[in-house]
Amino acid sequence: MTPDQPATWLLGRFGVSSLAILPAIENPTTSELVAAGAALAVILGAIGGIAFITWLGAWRTLWCDWLTSTDHKRIGIMYIVLALVMMARGVLEGAVMRSQQAFGLNGGFLTPEHFSELFSTHGTIMIFFVAMPLIIGLANYIIPLQIGARDMSFPVMNQISLGLTATGAALVMISLLLGKFSTGGWSAYPPYTGTDFNPGPGPDYWIWSIVLAGIGTTLSGINFAVTIFKERAPGMTLFRMPLFTWTLICASIIMVFALPPLTVAALMLAADRYLDFHFFTNDLGGNMMNFVNLFWLFGHPEVYLLVIPAYGVFSETISTFSGKKLYGYSSLVYATMSIAVLSFTVWLHHFFTMGQSANVNIVFGIASMCIAVPTGVKIYDWMATIFRGRIRMTVPMIYALGFFYLFVIGGLTGVMLANPTISYQVHNTLFLVAHFHNVIIPGVVFGLMSGYHYWFPKAFGFRLHEGWGRVTAFLWIFGFSFTFFPLYALGFMGMPRRSASYTDPAFEPLMLVALFGAALIVSALGALLIQLWVSIRKRESLAVPLGDPWNGRTLEWSISSPPPSYNFAVLPQVEDQDDFADAKAKGRAYQEPDAYEDIVMPNNTSLGIVICIASTFLGLALVFHIWWLAILSAGGIIVAFIARTFVLSTTHVIPADEIAAEHRAWLAQVRAAKSITRDMETSSANHGLASLELPVLAGVER
Amino acid sequence: MKHPILHPGLNLGPHHGEAHEQAETLAFGFWVFLMSDFIIFGLAFATYVTMANPMGLAGGPGPKEAYDLTSVFAQTIILLSSSLSFGMASLAMRFERGRGAVTFWLSVTLLLGLAFLFLEVRDFAHMIDIGAVPSRSGFLSAFWGLVPLHALHVAAGCLWIMIMIIQMRGFGMISLVKTRIVRLGLFWHFLDLIWIGVFTIVYLGGLAS
Amino acid sequence: MKAIMSQLISQKGHRLVLCGLSFLLLSACSQQRNSFLDPAGPIAAAQRAHFIEVFAWTMIAILPVFILVPLMFWRYRYRNHKARYTPDWAFSGWLDLLMWGVPFLIVAVLSTQLWKSTHALDPYKPIASAEAPVNVQVIGLDWKWLFIYPDLGIATVNELAFPVGASVAMEVTTDTVMQSIMIPALAGQIYAMPGMRTKLHVLADETGRFMGENTQFSGVGFTAQKFEAVAMTTQDFEAWVAKVKASGIPLDATHYGRLAAASTGVQAHDMLGSPQMPEGVLYFNKVEPALFADVLGRYTHGTAIPSALQPGAVGYVPPAAAGANQ
Repeated sequence: MTPDQPATWLLGRFGVSSLAILPAIENPTTSELVAAGAALAVILGAIGGIAFITWLGAWRTLWCDWLTSTDHKRIGIMYIVLALVMMARGVLEGAVMRSQQAFGLNGGFLTPEHFSELFSTHGTIMIFFVAMPLIIGLANYIIPLQIGARDMSFPVMNQISLGLTATGAALVMISLLLGKFSTGGWSAYPPYTGTDFNPGPGPDYWIWSIVLAGIGTTLSGINFAVTIFKERAPGMTLFRMPLFTWTLICASIIMVFALPPLTVAALMLAADRYLDFHFFTNDLGGNMMNFVNLFWLFGHPEVYLLVIPAYGVFSETISTFSGKKLYGYSSLVYATMSIAVLSFTVWLHHFFTMGQSANVNIVFGIASMCIAVPTGVKIYDWMATIFRGRIRMTVPMIYALGFFYLFVIGGLTGVMLANPTISYQVHNTLFLVAHFHNVIIPGVVFGLMSGYHYWFPKAFGFRLHEGWGRVTAFLWIFGFSFTFFPLYALGFMGMPRRSASYTDPAFEPLMLVALFGAALIVSALGALLIQLWVSIRKRESLAVPLGDPWNGRTLEWSISSPPPSYNFAVLPQVEDQDDFADAKAKGRAYQEPDAYEDIVMPNNTSLGIVICIASTFLGLALVFHIWWLAILSAGGIIVAFIARTFVLSTTHVIPADEIAAEHRAWLAQVRAAKSITRDMETSSANHGLASLELPVLAGVER
Repeated sequence: MKHPILHPGLNLGPHHGEAHEQAETLAFGFWVFLMSDFIIFGLAFATYVTMANPMGLAGGPGPKEAYDLTSVFAQTIILLSSSLSFGMASLAMRFERGRGAVTFWLSVTLLLGLAFLFLEVRDFAHMIDIGAVPSRSGFLSAFWGLVPLHALHVAAGCLWIMIMIIQMRGFGMISLVKTRIVRLGLFWHFLDLIWIGVFTIVYLGGLAS
Repeated sequence: MKAIMSQLISQKGHRLVLCGLSFLLLSACSQQRNSFLDPAGPIAAAQRAHFIEVFAWTMIAILPVFILVPLMFWRYRYRNHKARYTPDWAFSGWLDLLMWGVPFLIVAVLSTQLWKSTHALDPYKPIASAEAPVNVQVIGLDWKWLFIYPDLGIATVNELAFPVGASVAMEVTTDTVMQSIMIPALAGQIYAMPGMRTKLHVLADETGRFMGENTQFSGVGFTAQKFEAVAMTTQDFEAWVAKVKASGIPLDATHYGRLAAASTGVQAHDMLGSPQMPEGVLYFNKVEPALFADVLGRYTHGTAIPSALQPGAVGYVPPAAAGANQ
C-alpha cells in the first residue's frame, strides 16, 4: 500500500496520485500543461453546462422531456449532441497530435506517453463516441419517420442504449481527470495492454468504456432491425423503403453480429487483467493472435457499419437535390447488402503481416478487393442520378462533390492495401492512417454532416444557415486534403503510425502542411458551431414549419417540422417508392383523413438514466478496483431492470380529438401558405411547402 | 385467414389479432438478441478449439484430468429434461390449463435448472481442487471462459423463471406475462442448444483428442 | 488491352507515376534509403511494380468519376434550362451491366495479379541468390533489435550487415510485446511475436545503408527502435565480421538480461557498449548457440513467467540490477 492510498477497501487503487491535474502543478512541462488544460476544459465544460441549464431554468424540462423520454426523436437528438461534444474533443486531440508531429523532429512538446494516450483516446472516441452515436442518432430520428412508424419497436431499450453509450463516453471523459486512459491505441493489442506491461488503470478504462458502449450498440442494432422489419406502414414493402432505411438494415445486421466479437475480445482481455486468465498473455499458452483476430472480426465490419449509413444519406441527398429519382434503386440495395455480407469475410487484411501462409492472404486479399465492386457500383449509381437532373448546389451537394472526389481516392488506396504485397510495405505506416481517414472523413463524416444539414430542419423547424454551412463544408474538404495527403507521402517514406517524434528532417515540411490542414479542420469545427449559433439567432427567417424545405421525396417530409410526438396523425398508406414525391405529383399529399384514432404511446421512464449512472459507477469501480462499489452498482442495474418488469402501465393514450385539432391546424397552415420553387429554396421565403415546378421547366422528359 | 397464428404456443386473447402482432415483434426482437448471443458463444467455442493443443495446455491439467464425464452426462440429461418440462409449461399455457399447471411445470423446470447448476458447480469445485484453474493455462482459461458463461446464462434463466412465477401470481395470465414466458422459453431452449455444443465440443471433443 | 496496359506500366507509366509520387520524397535525401519507391532489392522493386500496376488498373474505374463528376455538376446545374431533365429516369440495363461489369473485370485482373505476386513475394520464401545465404535470428526487445548470426557466432544490436547479393534469411521473434520488423527499401514487414517464430527474407542488389525499423507501437521508446541495414561487398562484410569479433563483448545471460530491459539503442550502448562500437549499436562476439531457441521456447515451457522475469514488463528486474541490490 502506497502512502497516498489510505484505505484500499474503500477506494481500491484510487489515490491522490490518480488526480490528473497534480503532475502539472508539480512539474509544469508543456506536455503536462496540455493534459491539465484538457482536464480543466472537462471540468469547466461540466460547470458551464450546469450553469447554463440552471440559468435557463431548464432542469425540469431536461429531466421530463429529454433524459426520461422514450421518444425516438429526442433520443436521436441526444445521441447527436453527445457525438458533437465528443467530436470537439476528438478533433482537438487530432490537432494536438498534428502539432506534436509538426514540431516532432527530435522531440516535440509532448512526452511519448502523453502522445500515445492521445492517439488511443482519439481513435476510441472518433469511432465509438462520434461516428457511432452520430449514425445511431440520425437513424433513431429518421427510421421511424421514413417507414411511417410512431416509434422504435423497443423505446425503453432505445433509452438504455443511449444510456450505455453515454456511460462509455463519460468514462473516456473522466479518464482525463482521474487516472489515465490506455496508451495501447484504439485496437489495444495485448500483450502490451496486459497487466505485465500496463498494470495501471489505462487499459481498464478502454475495456469498460468499449464493453458498456458496445452492449448499447448491440441493443440499438436489435432495435433498428426489428423496427424496420416489423413497424413499416401499410404498403411500405421492403423494396419501397428509402435507401437510408435500407442501409440501416445492413448496418443493424452488422451491429448485431459484429459487436459481439469486440465484447468477447475486450472481456477476455478483462479476464486476463482481473482474474489472471491466460487468453492473450505471453506465457502459459496465451495467444495474442486470437485477440487480433477477434478484434478485427469486429473491426472490419465496424468500418462498413460506419460508412454504409453515410451511403444512405448520400442516396437521399443526391436524389433530392438533383430533383430526380434515385438511379438504380435495386442495384444500390444489392450493392449495400453485398458490402454488408462481404465485410465479415475480410478481417484478416488488417494483419497480412502476421505470418500466415500466402494462400490465406490471397483468399482474404481477393475478398477485400471484391468489396470495391459494389462500392464502385454505388458511386456510378449516384453519378447516374445526377445525370440529367437539376442540381441545386446546397450544402449537402457540396459535401457530395467532396465525397465523390476524395472518397474515390480512399477507395483507390483501399484496393492497394487489399494486396498483401503492398500491405507488407505500407501496413502500420502513415499511409494506413491516411487511408482510413480518407474513407472515414470524406465517407462517414461528410455523409453525416450533410445528413445533419439535410434533416436538421425536420427536427427543429428551421433550416441551418446556408452560408456558414458552405464555409464548414469547404473547410472540411480542404482541411481533410491538406491534412491527410501529406501522410500518404510520409507513409511511403516508411514513417510508422503512432510515432511521437522522428529524426528524418525530410518529414518536417510535410508535417507542417498536415498541421495547416488540421488548423482548417479545427476551423471547420468552429464554423459548425457558429452555423448553429447563427441559425438559432435567425430561426424566424429560417423557419420551415410546414415540413418540406427541400422538395423531399420520402415520408419524413410529409409531416410538420418538428414532427408531433406521435409522428403521423394517421399512419400513411404507401403506394410507391419515394412515396411523398409521388403523393405530391398525384395530389395525394396534405389530405385530411376520414377519421382520426386514439394513439397509444410509451410513457417516460427513468430506467435509462438510472442504468447510465449506475453503469458509470460500475465502470469507475472496476477501473479503480473498488469492489464494494462495483457490486453495489451492478446489483443496482439488475434490481432496476427487474423492478421495471413489474411496472404494468407503460403507455398512455393521446385522444383522437387532440390529434385531429393539431393536424387540422397544420393542414390549414399548409393551405394558407405559398409554395416556392427550388430557386427560392435557400431564401427566407421557404416555409417548407414545395411547388410542383417540373412542367414549367424546359427540357423535361417524363 | 386474416391473422395467422404466429406463435402456436401462445393463447393471447379471444381473437389473437393485434396481440399476436405485438407478440411477433417481441419474439422477433428476442430471436435477434439470441443470434447476437449465439455469436458470443460461437467465439468462445472457437477460442476453446484454438486453445485445445499442447501449446494452449501449457503442461497444465488437460481434459482427461479435469473432466468427469459421468457428471457431465447427468447434467446433460437434466438439462434436456428441463427443456421437456418447459415444453409442458408452454403447452399448459397454450391450452389454458390454468395458472396452476403452468406454475407447476415452470417449477419443475426451475428445479431441474438448479440441479444442473448444483452438479456443474460441484464439477467446477473439483477442477479447482486439482489445480485446473484459469490461471494455469490458456486452455483452462478458454474452458472457464465458456462453460461458466453458459452456467451464468442458466442461472439468469432460473432467476427469470422465479420472476415469472411471481408475476403469474401477481398479474394473472395477461398477454404481457404470456409473451414473457414465450421469450423465456426461447431462451431456455437456446441454452439447451448451447449445452449440446458444450457437451460435444468441450467434453466429448476434449476427451477424444 | 492488357498488352497496352502493361506496356504503359512498364515504360511511361513507371516514370509518370513515380515522378508524381516520389518528387516529394526526393526533396530531401537522407543518408539511409527508406522507401520501397526507391528500391534496392528485388522484393521491394517487385512491390513497387505491383503498386504501380494496381494504381494504373484502378484508374480505369476512377478517371471517369474524376472527369464526369465536375462536368455533370456544371451541365445539370439548376439554372441551366438547356440541359435535358429526366426526373423519372432511373434505370438502364446496359448502363447497369457496365457499372457492375467493368469494376468486376478490373477486380478479376487485379485478383490474378494479387494471386501471383503474393506467392512470388511471400516473405517466407527463400530468395534465390548467387551468394551463400546469411542466416540471421532476430529478437525484438524494448526498444531495439538484436540480430544474431548463428553461423558466425556473433550478434549485434541495431545494425544488420550482410553482403550484397546474398539472401538474408531472418527468423523473427520478440522477448517483449508484439513488434513488426521492416526494411522498406529491401522488403516489407513481418510481425514479431513472443513465443512465435516468423520469417522474412531480404536481398539487396546494391551496396548502401537502408533504414530498418519497428512499425508496431510498443511503448514510449518505440520511435527510437530503428536500425541500419547495411549491404556491403563480401570483403567489407568479412572485415565487418572481424571488427565485431574484435570489439564485441560476449552475449552471456547477464548481458542479455540487461540488454533486454526496456531501453533504447543509445541507452543500451551507454550501458554495455564501448567506443569501438558505433553510437546506438552494440557488438557481441560470443553468443550462446541456443539463445534464440531459448527465447522462443521459454514462453511455451508451461511455466508462468512473472513480471520480474519478463523483459519489457514494468516489474522486470535485470540480472545485474538484481545483483547490485543484494
